[in-house]
Formats: sequence, C-alpha cells, structure tokens
Amino acid sequence: MYSCSDLKKGLKLLIDGDPHVIVQYDFTKPGKGQALYKCKLRNMITGALFDRTYRSGESFSPASLEERDMQYLYQDDSGYVFMDKKSYEQVILTEETLGDDKYFLVDNMDVEILMYGERAIGISLPIFVNLRVSQSDPWVKGDTAAGNNKPATVETGYTLQVPSFVDEGTLIQIDTRTGNYVTRVKE
Amino acid sequence: MEPNWQLVRKLSTLKKRARIIQQIRAFFIAHDFLEIETPHRIPANAPELNIEAIPTDDWFLQTSPELCMKRLLAAGYDRLFQICRCWRSGERGTRHLPEYSMLEWYHRHHDYHRLMDDCEALFLDISSGDQLTWHNNIIDLTPPWPRITVSEAFAQFSSITLETALVTNEFDTIMALEIEPNLPIDRPTFLIEYPAQHASLARTKPSDPLIAERFELYVGGMEIANAFSELTDPAEQQLRFNQEETQRREAGKTPYPPAVAFLKELDTLDPSCGIALGVDRLIMLFCDKDVIDDVVSFTPEEL
Repeated sequence: MYSCSDLKKGLKLLIDGDPHVIVQYDFTKPGKGQALYKCKLRNMITGALFDRTYRSGESFSPASLEERDMQYLYQDDSGYVFMDKKSYEQVILTEETLGDDKYFLVDNMDVEILMYGERAIGISLPIFVNLRVSQSDPWVKGDTAAGNNKPATVETGYTLQVPSFVDEGTLIQIDTRTGNYVTRVKE
Repeated sequence: MEPNWQLVRKLSTLKKRARIIQQIRAFFIAHDFLEIETPHRIPANAPELNIEAIPTDDWFLQTSPELCMKRLLAAGYDRLFQICRCWRSGERGTRHLPEYSMLEWYHRHHDYHRLMDDCEALFLDISSGDQLTWHNNIIDLTPPWPRITVSEAFAQFSSITLETALVTNEFDTIMALEIEPNLPIDRPTFLIEYPAQHASLARTKPSDPLIAERFELYVGGMEIANAFSELTDPAEQQLRFNQEETQRREAGKTPYPPAVAFLKELDTLDPSCGIALGVDRLIMLFCDKDVIDDVVSFTPEEL
C-alpha cells in the first residue's frame, strides 16, 4: 500500500478497480493546517482525466502492471507503434494514452510497455532521452550573461528552455521526469 | 562535460536572492532589531497536530525557532529577528520544501497589528517601487493592505459556514480549496482573526475568547507569513499543548516531549507579538518565479 507521502507524478494507483496514473501532483498546506495532496489522475483504461485531493492518512493500492520490453517503431495514422523484441508482436498506443510521454519517443528506442492483462495501456520511459533541436532562435549577439536561456522545440514537438548556446540541429539530453534540459550530446 | 545547466541558469536568481536577504537584514537592523541565532537542533518543538519534526539523535530539528525566540523575549529582549533554516518532514510541493528558510521577528509590548504594519514596510523596502509583478499579475503594494477576517472570508467564498467547517473538520480543506484561490491577487491581503482552536500559541481577543489574534499574509494568493499576538499565560499554554499532543497521539503521530523550559519561562513574557515569514516564497515573488525549486540552489531531489 502507498500512503500520501508516496504520491508523485507518474505513480500508478488502483482506483475503483482501474489503474490510474498521476499526471500532475502538488502538495499544499493551508497555514498550520492539514496537508492536502492535489492530484490530476488519468484512468489508464478509459483515458479520463480528473482532479482529486487527498488528505494525509489515506492509503492507496499500487496498480501492479506487467512491463514488457519493446521497441518504439514509428507513428502513423493508427497511433504509436511498438514491437515486442522477442515475439515481434506489435502493439499500438494512441496519443491520448501516451499523454506527454509521446514527446520523449525516438524511433527504435527501447521502452517498457505497461500491460493490463493483454492490453497495452502505457509506457515507462528511460530517465534520459536524446532529442534533436528542430527549432530555436539563434543566439543573440551580445547576450553574454551566463545562465541565459531561450525556448527550443525538439523533433517530437516538445518545447523547453535551453541554454542560449544551443543551436538548431544540436542533439540534447532531456530528463523525462522533469522535462528539463540536461546537456548537449557529443556526436 | 558541460556544467550542470540547472545550476548555471539559477545564477541570476541566486544573486537576487542574496541581495533580498541582505535587504531584509538591513531593514530590521535599521529598525533597531537584534539579530539572534538559536540552535537548529532542539529537545522539543511546540506540539502541533499537522507539523512533523525530523528527529536527530534524541532531539529534533526545529520546525520554527519560536520557542527559543520567546524565551529571549521573556528574558526582556525587546525586538528580535532571525533568518534560519527550518525542517518539516514530508512537505514537498511547488511551494514547499522539507528544509527551507524562515524569517521570524518579534516585538515586546505590541500586538499583531504592529506586525501587519511591519509587513507593509518590509515589502516596500525590498521592492524598488510600490508594485511588483508576479505570474503576470501586478500586485499593488500601497499600504494599508486589505484585512479580511476569516469569518468574512467564509461568508464570501466558502460553500459551507465557518461553524460547520469547524465541526466537520473541513476548515483546512475549505481554506485551501475554496478561500485561498479566491483571495485578491492584485493586493496583498491579511486574513485575520482565526478561530481559537486554529491558533495554539496565540492570544485570544479580549472581546471574544473564541477568536485568536492571528493573521496570515497572502500575496498574489500565496501564503507568505503567519503571525499572532503571543499567548503569555503558561497554564493556558500548557493546556493547549496538552490538547495538541493528545490529538497527535490519537492520530498515531510521533509523540513529542514537553517544552519544559519554554513553558516555565513563559511566565515572565510581557504582551508580545511574533511572525514567521517564508523567505523562499518572498523571493519567489520578487524574482517572479512560480516554483520554489527555482529560488534555491538545490532541491532535495537534486542532491
């Protein structure tokens, strides 16, 4: 069982018999009052999104999902296509099911597919992924202050803040837990 | 290897943070306050149902320096301030860190109204003008800032009455989910006069024993400071500590030892007032940052 202190983004819980994932999480505490744990949850079966606030003392059942080693192949009209590396069986996940995880998929990347019985309902990403910057405004001459950043969009359409010295076409490493820039990748 | 970008990008904010903390110090020194340091590791914090101290050997890390600060007041010190670290177990969110910086200040022979004036003066001293911009909202700092009683806030914003919320133990939930989100954004706001049972260390109003002389300061809808006129009656304080401690034990929480020296010396405490202000949140406001992570060098996750 999980307690409120275990709650965090990405945690998977069993609620009313269905696996749910926490897609947004915040801890709040009014004054000297009782702690509140604000979660936005996604039902991993139906895709339904909803908000729920828990109070300390509540407990939760983990959603025990089987993880299967697969490779991400490509995206087409049907969705995001993955292949079991042993059986070559293919599964398709929709954009809704993947949520923001879709931004961190690179062709031929190894991922864990989360299975609910025989049904694929989500993925478990590696902590770090490398993605190429597809659009970012050039470095402004004269902007020499250390620590200045600028927005950049990577090949998957994800936009994040990067250091001003990162150019278009650069391969960068991103932390999938926070979505933050980590470093440039040497090629 | 490239330098850690998450640290590099914080440089300008951390410079501003250092400057603000220097301004806070200068403000209090200019107003004839004595800066005090008290031990971070103490035998007992004030027992509070919803605050979990972190044990260290047989003692605890402080959840607030208040007991030591009040012992100094009780010994006759007039105006005190401290900027220090406090620890509260399990508190982590976009506005919470389990280890954070607290500013506390105290006046002997004044009540909580004086602290509201101080807050206004401190903010105006730190800001270069009479407004600040946070979350794309302009916050007008011109004093006096609005004061709203808890009772008025419930009447205006809550789906249930204050009396019901107190009986059904929904006071905190209503405060967090219905009142805080509806407080004014364009003006700092003092939420004043809390129900006595929500102010264990505060004096009640002479005119109404059910209302405590406590306030919370909200700026941009974010809770910044908690303040009250101090309870100076040792017997009453002992009784309230016992009630909190009983509730803690009933809820299965770590039992806290009694704050013996504090309770003994409270006897010589003159009418006083004190306030605790979250320094990291104040810096969030002045650096226009949404998340507390952005105003500290390291979060626990980054260590």
